[in-house]
Amino acid sequence: MDSIIESFSKALSLILNLDRELREIIFLSIEVSGTALIAATIIGLPVSALLGFKRFPLRGAIISMLNTFMGLPPVAVGLFIYLLLSRSGPLGFLALLYTPTAMIIAQTILAFPIVASLSHSAIVSVDPIIRQASMTLGATPLQISLAIIREARYGIISAVIAGLGRVMAEVGAILIVGGNIAGFTRVMTTTIAMETDKGNFELALALGIILLTISLLINLALYFIQKRGVAGVNR
Amino acid sequence: MRRICSILLALALSVFVFGTAAASAAEIICSSTTSTENSGLYGYILPIFEKKTGIIVKVVARGTGAAIEMGKRGDADVAFVHAKEQELKAVAEGYFVDRHDVMYNDFVIIGPTNDPAKIKGMKSAADAFKKISEVGLFVSRGDKSGTNTKELAIWKKLGIDPKGQKWYLEVGQGMEKTQRIANEKRAYTLTDRGTWLATKDKDRLEMEIVLEGDPILFNQYGVMAVNPAKYKHVKYKEAKAFIDWLISKEGQQVIGSYKDKNGNALFIPNAK
Repeated sequence: MDSIIESFSKALSLILNLDRELREIIFLSIEVSGTALIAATIIGLPVSALLGFKRFPLRGAIISMLNTFMGLPPVAVGLFIYLLLSRSGPLGFLALLYTPTAMIIAQTILAFPIVASLSHSAIVSVDPIIRQASMTLGATPLQISLAIIREARYGIISAVIAGLGRVMAEVGAILIVGGNIAGFTRVMTTTIAMETDKGNFELALALGIILLTISLLINLALYFIQKRGVAGVNR
Repeated sequence: MRRICSILLALALSVFVFGTAAASAAEIICSSTTSTENSGLYGYILPIFEKKTGIIVKVVARGTGAAIEMGKRGDADVAFVHAKEQELKAVAEGYFVDRHDVMYNDFVIIGPTNDPAKIKGMKSAADAFKKISEVGLFVSRGDKSGTNTKELAIWKKLGIDPKGQKWYLEVGQGMEKTQRIANEKRAYTLTDRGTWLATKDKDRLEMEIVLEGDPILFNQYGVMAVNPAKYKHVKYKEAKAFIDWLISKEGQQVIGSYKDKNGNALFIPNAK
């Protein structure tokens, strides 16, 4: 027990005296996971809208596939991207392996099914009255879609939060495609894994606390957006 | 809504561009092993090399098997590993060129301080392994690393197949973690002296070296460049500069002067 308390107090002093290297690691984490989440949202939202508004063949199969891919093992995604981007692989000429871009690609693939599938659920559970009311008011199909998405924003933000949780905590995929290179592709989760390996529990713990704090701040911000969304619905 | 979308898109694109533009000519990727990286050697020698030549060496640490494989696939420019037989085989197959011995440290057998299998006093690592298989517990890296390769060679020499035996635990982890597992399990394991010296106090291991000095426990580190004839994209010139520096008088002196925070020299330079 003493050693746990000792580890925590050392971790706190490390957090208070953040050095440059650690700050860069934290910044890169936010950059990689943030970009991946934005990319996943940009691709995922139109897909979820399409699945929600249009009826077409294989629609059910695609929804089932998205739901299954929500549980993609990060290590398997990492290995797959590694084989694609490896110099001996089909996309080797891009020279993307062991770069932040490769990490962003892997995390986008991990976050996309979550954002798309949960947003789709949010869109299909919007009260059908909204659609009917918009139609009677003479809205174009695009306007109807936008009205429904507007009503579903509460659920869509939840989808984005779930995607964020996935990428911020993920270590398996980015370790394989990023390589955990000091100063280039080392992010918080890979540092935590490495420092734990090296027995530097205090540093690993400190980074864990920072990671949680950042997640908390982002979630708080999204929560306030959500609250405004709910207030808008009830108005 | 649309404005938010366009702002997000612009942000995403800018980070993408920023992320890819970082690569420049004077960077090479060195595939290496976790034990070498965890020893802290790179943090000491690479800044010196970078200052002298302007070449940035990016280290990707894996087990020896994976580190050599990375080079074979063309995903590294230079490999700095410690499994001489595997290295020479990969050179013979045409994947690497310019292989040189760089330095060595040695493997030691460590075990619980009270030494339940009574290994202390033995001279031969093979005899010690045999005794452990009879009355002890052995933790193996089980990850095709240089250390694991050495360990398996000793079992093979004894004619014992340890896989699946109840006294044999394959953990599939790095050296330091393996030591800690051995410590928790009151088991024996094979480790490299560098990792052992650097971590035994920090990890509060209640373990001791029970056998050392057997020539079979010699751990040679080698460096080799990925064959530019095989992969046109590799930065052979920079890789060669790194190799030449490592085996130069200056590089050798720098390696020899590296000490861990307890003042122990971890590697003995021996380039010819």
